[in-house]
Amino acid sequence: MIAYIIRRILYAIPILIGVNLITFALFFIVNSPDDMARMHLGMKRVTDEAIVKWKQDHGYDRPLVYNGDQPGLSKVTDTIFFQNSVRLFVFDFGVADNGRDIGFDISQRMWPSLAIALPTFLTGLLVYITFALLMAFFRATYIDVWGVILCVMLMSVSGLFYIIGGQYLISKMLHLVPISGYDDGVHAFKFLVLPVLIGIVGGVGGSSRWYRTIFLEEIGKDFVRTARAKGLRETTVLFRHVLKNGMIPILTGVVVAIPLLFIGSLITESFFGIPGLGSYTIDAIGSQDFAIVRSMVFLGSVLYIIGLILTDISYTLVDPRIRLQ
Amino acid sequence: MTVNGFLSHNRTVLYTAMALLAVALCLLLIMLVAGLKPVYLWTDLLIYLLLVIAMLFAAYASQHEHLRSPWLRVRHSRLGMMSVVILLAYVAIGLLDSVHFRPPAAHQERSTATTYTGEVLTILDVLLQPISSRVERTYSAPFATHAYTKETIERPDGTQVRDFPRLEFGGAHLGTQGEGAARDIAVNVVIAVLAALVIWAVHAYVIVLVLAGKHKTMVRDQVRAVAGGRTELPWREIMLTVFLVILAVTLTVQLGAKYHIFGTDKVGQDVYFQALKSIRTGLVIGTLTTLIMLPFAVLFGIMAGYFRGWIDDVIQYVYTTLNSIPGILLIAAAVLLLQVYMERNADAFNTTLERNDLKLLFLCMILGITSWTGLCRMLRGESLKLREMDYITAATAMGVRHMVIITRHILPNVMHIVLIAIVLDFSGLVLAEAVLSYVGIGVDPAMNSWGNMINQARFEMARDPMVWWSLLAAFIFMFILVLAANLFSDAVRDAFDPRLRARS
Repeated sequence: MIAYIIRRILYAIPILIGVNLITFALFFIVNSPDDMARMHLGMKRVTDEAIVKWKQDHGYDRPLVYNGDQPGLSKVTDTIFFQNSVRLFVFDFGVADNGRDIGFDISQRMWPSLAIALPTFLTGLLVYITFALLMAFFRATYIDVWGVILCVMLMSVSGLFYIIGGQYLISKMLHLVPISGYDDGVHAFKFLVLPVLIGIVGGVGGSSRWYRTIFLEEIGKDFVRTARAKGLRETTVLFRHVLKNGMIPILTGVVVAIPLLFIGSLITESFFGIPGLGSYTIDAIGSQDFAIVRSMVFLGSVLYIIGLILTDISYTLVDPRIRLQ
Repeated sequence: MTVNGFLSHNRTVLYTAMALLAVALCLLLIMLVAGLKPVYLWTDLLIYLLLVIAMLFAAYASQHEHLRSPWLRVRHSRLGMMSVVILLAYVAIGLLDSVHFRPPAAHQERSTATTYTGEVLTILDVLLQPISSRVERTYSAPFATHAYTKETIERPDGTQVRDFPRLEFGGAHLGTQGEGAARDIAVNVVIAVLAALVIWAVHAYVIVLVLAGKHKTMVRDQVRAVAGGRTELPWREIMLTVFLVILAVTLTVQLGAKYHIFGTDKVGQDVYFQALKSIRTGLVIGTLTTLIMLPFAVLFGIMAGYFRGWIDDVIQYVYTTLNSIPGILLIAAAVLLLQVYMERNADAFNTTLERNDLKLLFLCMILGITSWTGLCRMLRGESLKLREMDYITAATAMGVRHMVIITRHILPNVMHIVLIAIVLDFSGLVLAEAVLSYVGIGVDPAMNSWGNMINQARFEMARDPMVWWSLLAAFIFMFILVLAANLFSDAVRDAFDPRLRARS
């Protein structure tokens, strides 16, 4: 098992290198630091001195991959590639355009993101599974048919509508919770209710329908027929046999998303004014702060790969049939 | 198969192709006669290409039983066929909006060559002329005769009052104070419903006549069969949806010219017109993205599964790497870089229209790069299974070349997966456009799209009283399209997925 996990982690390294190379190519080769400087200083009538100064201020004044002027090892280390890309591997993200340390900002903004994403994820999972099980229990009746139709309709509504509609109805009309904002500690609760609720409603269509198919697939299997033949009650069959076996694909399917909860949701956070990583990214995109976008791309990839590894491990944990090779 | 056999099998497809070609030729002729100068945008050309590919695929599918029979099953699905009608209506609007041309300038110098206005129009613009050209000064509510905000108005006697000014076009045929608007709207709605009923009745009668002729039954029996839902195809549901589409058209004709059905936006543009123009953007994103990524996904997926070994390793590595970058961040990074690139090469684009069009195409490419991995992985898995089949072993033993095995044995057998993926992706992409435009990394803000409408509307939400109609119009148009696409994809998947078929 340990050897398996180590092998999976080693396998992640070339992928991370690949991600790093892609971001480097995107941010420094396709568009040179000169372009970035010109864009920030305004496109027209930018003097060369201003560009040089901007590059110096942001640490982009080194050569891309090879610095011939420096002695020894610095030939390789004193370059943009090493300073701005390789350093991401040790989570040294550098400074943003406004001079703040990106690593520090990320460590601060992670928690509000998590405060929304984690409740949404857990409560959502519970709601979706309950709904799916309900439809599976009443399969081929009107409850099931209308449940599926409701799911498809919920799926077809843009996620933006849930946010705008929810804000309007609950905050503006009923004045139950504030429209947006965030507070530390216990006071955060009233700000978190609405985004969590909307997050759950937004996902209910697609997820419930998917889980329903999984449960129906399990219901069609032989061991369920055996359980029924033994004379077990339908609820026992459903909870003891169908739910348990159906959880394998569901859990392994959602494990990959767990590390990404740290990143938060771009849209939700920006609508609700939550100072998390999602709104951090949105603001960076808006102000064209390439350093932050680059860091978030790398961080997101790392978390995704961790999610993949966790998925593989969870497979082996919940399903003994899968042999480790 | 001989040419004759091919023709007889594909008569419907052939006729449709000829009809399309004829329409295209007529359009070109009309343009030449009217002195219009056609403008070919990149996305236009790709849409035409997509149309041709769809025709070719239809011809191909009609000859191959394993593709034909699922489609016949799709035709029997009630919800599926209803959504097809809706989708066709959207596609028709999108196609009308994809023929761009420049009208000639009004005042021509005799001696010089014909000059054209800078404005590029589409057929849809021309058809909706009364709606598109009626620009108010600022916000007005749906069906309003007066503006939404008070302004200082100068009375004829010289005094000034603060009041809601009368709209220039909204309900312009009514009196100076817009009296009797409610009654006028009701009358127009009744007229529209009656007109729709008449048009629909004619259509329905023709369909019933054709059906009766085909089945050699009495017309009256055929009417009963259709009304009772006892026909082979779900004609009752199809006709119902067709009626709704016709009603939408007649309502537009009756009311759109006299009122602003969905109000006007900040600069007085008709919101209903914007929502209609946005259809093209939504369809382009939903279809061209798949068209662009499809060759790569199919090629790499099959190659990885078929050849295995180091080719498999490399391809798996590439898609895992691309997949591990969060999609929205990759899109954001790429679009940011595109903006830099476009501003650097601002001279390369003749008009803003061309620039926005290329931007849209580039967005499709980026979306394609982030979305091809799923299909690629599925195709790899399927090819891994297929290559162990006896007929492939036999082909290999007989020395058939790899390319031939792939094109003749593997490709046809993974076609259904490709098809399901195309249909499934569509609705997700349409919704993604809105989110991306909201984040500011979507289509150009100057372009008509539902995402841009929502994006602009979010500032209007804070106004008091609120301006809600842009938002509502965008959501309604999007919802209908995505719902139809979802229902259609359900029908397609049910028809193509053998596992589901065995169970039911």
